[in-house]
Amino acid sequence: MKIIVCVKQVPDTETRIRINPEGNGIVEQDVNWVVSPYDEHAIEEALRIKEQKGGEVVLVSLGPDRAQTALRNGLAMGADSAVHLKDAAFDAADTMGVAKALAAAIKGIGGYDLVLTGQQGVGGDNSQVPGLLAGLLDLPQVTMAIKLETGDGKATVTREIEGATEVWETSLPAVISAQKGLNEPRYASLKGIMAAKKKTIEAKDAAALGIAAADLAPLTQVASLELPPARPAVRMIDGDPETQARELLRLLHEEAKVI
Amino acid sequence: MATDTMTKDGVLAARGGTFLTEDRTAAEVFTPEDFSEEQKMIGQTASEFMENELGPKIPQIIKLDYELSRELMRKAGELGLLGIEIPEEYGGLGLDKVSGCLVSESAARDGSFAVTFMGHTGIGSLPIVYFGTEAQKQKYLPKFASGEWISSYSLSEASSATDAMNAKARAVLSPDGQHWILNGEKMWLTNGGFADVYITFAKVDGEHFTAFIIDKGTPGVTLGAEERKTGIKGSSTRPLIFQDAKIPKENLLGEVGKGHKIAFNILNVGRFKLGAGVTGGAKFALKAAAEYGKSRTSFGQPITNFGMVREKLGEMAIRIYVSESIVYRTAGLIDKNLEGVGLNDVAEALKRIEEYDAECSMVKVWCSEMLDYVVDETVQIFGGAGYVDDYPAERYWRDARVNRIFEGTNEINRLLVPGRILRKALKGELPLFQKAMGLMDEFTAGPSFEEPEEGFLKAEERMVKGAKKIATMALGIAAQKYGKGLGDKQELLGLWADVAMETYALETAVLRAQKKAARDGDAACAVQEAAVRCFAQDAMDHIEASAKRLLAALDDGDMLRTYLTALKRFGKRDAVNVVALREQVAASVIDAGRYTL
Ligand SMILES: Cc1cc2nc3c(=O)[nH]c(=O)nc-3n(C[C@H](O)[C@H](O)[C@H](O)COP(=O)(O)OP(=O)(O)OC[C@H]3O[C@@H](n4cnc5c(N)ncnc54)[C@H](O)[C@@H]3O)c2cc1C
Ligand SMILES: Cc1cc2nc3c(=O)[nH]c(=O)nc-3n(C[C@H](O)[C@H](O)[C@H](O)COP(=O)(O)OP(=O)(O)OC[C@H]3O[C@@H](n4cnc5c(N)ncnc54)[C@H](O)[C@@H]3O)c2cc1C
Repeated sequence: MKIIVCVKQVPDTETRIRINPEGNGIVEQDVNWVVSPYDEHAIEEALRIKEQKGGEVVLVSLGPDRAQTALRNGLAMGADSAVHLKDAAFDAADTMGVAKALAAAIKGIGGYDLVLTGQQGVGGDNSQVPGLLAGLLDLPQVTMAIKLETGDGKATVTREIEGATEVWETSLPAVISAQKGLNEPRYASLKGIMAAKKKTIEAKDAAALGIAAADLAPLTQVASLELPPARPAVRMIDGDPETQARELLRLLHEEAKVI
Repeated sequence: MATDTMTKDGVLAARGGTFLTEDRTAAEVFTPEDFSEEQKMIGQTASEFMENELGPKIPQIIKLDYELSRELMRKAGELGLLGIEIPEEYGGLGLDKVSGCLVSESAARDGSFAVTFMGHTGIGSLPIVYFGTEAQKQKYLPKFASGEWISSYSLSEASSATDAMNAKARAVLSPDGQHWILNGEKMWLTNGGFADVYITFAKVDGEHFTAFIIDKGTPGVTLGAEERKTGIKGSSTRPLIFQDAKIPKENLLGEVGKGHKIAFNILNVGRFKLGAGVTGGAKFALKAAAEYGKSRTSFGQPITNFGMVREKLGEMAIRIYVSESIVYRTAGLIDKNLEGVGLNDVAEALKRIEEYDAECSMVKVWCSEMLDYVVDETVQIFGGAGYVDDYPAERYWRDARVNRIFEGTNEINRLLVPGRILRKALKGELPLFQKAMGLMDEFTAGPSFEEPEEGFLKAEERMVKGAKKIATMALGIAAQKYGKGLGDKQELLGLWADVAMETYALETAVLRAQKKAARDGDAACAVQEAAVRCFAQDAMDHIEASAKRLLAALDDGDMLRTYLTALKRFGKRDAVNVVALREQVAASVIDAGRYTL
């Protein structure tokens, strides 16, 4: 099977996020960039399918120069090759623009049986790209996958819904997005890291993808970005269980006013 | 990455000891900002592995669990973490020292596991990597790399560890010539309780110090009881006892009578890596201290609001920055000097590592003492909670202490610093004495009135130049006074070692920050600049104080007054507001809750 995995590079969740002076983005300096954790599940799943059934895993990422590191990480985990979509014109793109560029790249790669993505990109958490991709590629889509079995020309996908699970069958190719719990992503082994050095990352700009500036014109705009309010200090309640319970009740009632 | 080739190209394999006699530029030293993409990924794999696999198991590890230690080692082996210094043809990866340091830093998430890990990958594996026969390498190294076999290294005895050549263990060849018969008792065998292989040393015919490889279960080989240690309680440490132990003759390691070559070289090649381990350990301690401090309220506010707590966190981060700087500069020097030399030419490889003996000893001493400072202040920040085992602070504190004792005590390593430098000077490899003479001329010619250059850490750059002059002058005077007899003047050598270490540390920190500033702009390095300016003042105070004691022990009267005037001139600097600088570093540590420099 030939599997294409879309990979996004995002700030490490441990990074202290700072908002830029314009109030519409984050300060990138000192940010530690990583592969979005959901995408790691997608890469892992692709590698497992390849290990079982043979085939090829191709990564695609859209992002600035630094996104190459995310691709290199995926290659170190065991993916075969990667395509890096980079162009200053992409800076303006919103989720639709990103999906158009990814769709163009995926069509360009061609011959695939499956497109895997993360459920959402940590940070932006829009969950839009997988759906847009399926639409643009005119493929069936299953989201929130926590289990995936591929058969001949079809796949059985277990997806997570509120309080239950659903099992879907879909024809292939399809776009399937990974939820946490799909698998346990492997560490990049040192051998894998050294091998990744020799694998190719093909760079493609907007022109190479046949994407015009008009395709990238954003439909949405970040109006403003704010950090959550600082968490007030934790207050410990002393005393025996009964006193503690009474005091807790009083605080919830009088101070927090939630009951 | 673009920066990769750029920075690597400029790094210079400057000769050992020349940090005293030559000026270096920022581009010439390797810094943590120069890690290649692969090195970063290796570091990331190691750190994720230790966080997820080791982290949750620490409570169990520190109860000393042989099976769990072996299991974690096996998993580390699967990822390749045990094979960094084992050549590819024997199942390893044959990677650079910088990568090894990054992995060691991560292993220090727990002090016990760090010792298990480094005992195996360092002193446990390297004797066979460097001195094994082809058959020995084939037999042992792939299993060491995979973690299927764990190794250990037994040099010390109860009566001779520092003085290891004085070993009492004996070996004789059996009458049929097929076995070595060993008798004696070794002590302090790290990993002893669960190791499959013991590398050991005994004197053949009571005379010729020789290394042997011993397989677990060899008849006549037994282990004594576990030591009840102060710290690293999850690391196994046992005596190894030989009672007519029968070692197959092919298990001789190296040549009869050449065991000292193995013993000394293996300690040398591994020593700087202890610096990496303790640097990693210090980062974990600082994180614990910063997080605890932020959550602990006293007088109605977090204790991290209090100046004296902030000051500690700032100073901890500053010393970690310096520590990290000297570890990677030194590892980078060795890597650069080893370029193009494979392990098929062991003698050449060892010579190229030995080139930096003095630097490696300085790293071992400076960084282990840095860790003790950091863990001590961690306990202090935890207050009473730092003194009970419900919190990690006391464990960090206990675990840290051994680092000043093993891998050569800090006294022995302090002695090695001037020892190696003087040897190089006497062999004509280092123009130390010529420089010292030149300094006296410079001094008698009177002060110069050059306009100081303005720029990023330029004042500190001048301090580095002054520090080099102080170190060179002091050693020159000492050598002139005592000649060969200087070797017996340990207190003086120790004082000089401190001068040299602080000089190396200061120069390295200045160059590292300058290198980053040249790449990212001065504004992006404000915290690093504050850290280095602050450290520079302390380092110069320390250098002057030690040099003054040293000079006062060498001469008196007018001569001493002359020396002290020179000392004052070379150490000349403006006072700066270190309180504000340390606070600037503290603010960044407290904001992030961890080391971020
Ligand atoms: C937890 C632990 C693990 C260890 N693991 C190993 C291991 O795996 N393999 C192994 O072979 N060894 C191991 N050791 C032994 C370790 O290397 C020695 O403890 C160390 O070298 C010090 O030797 P010693 O204990 O005999 O102290 P001594 O040599 O008795 O030293 C006592 C003091 O005297 C000082 N001193 C000694 N000689 C001199 C001198 N010439 N000049 C100035 N000062 C001097 C020392 O610096 C020290 O302060 C381990 C030790 C510990 C504590
Ligand atoms: C073995 C042991 C025995 C003890 N015995 C007794 C006993 O018999 N009776 C008893 O009453 N208590 C006892 N104590 C408690 C002891 O007095 C406290 O642990 C000590 O006063 C520190 O308080 P703390 O632990 O709450 O630390 P904290 O007050 O939380 O201090 C943590 C850190 O913050 C610093 N800090 C706190 N406030 C400020 C400030 N305003 N400005 C600057 N820095 C600040 C501290 O110096 C410390 O470094 C004992 C403690 C221990 C460990």
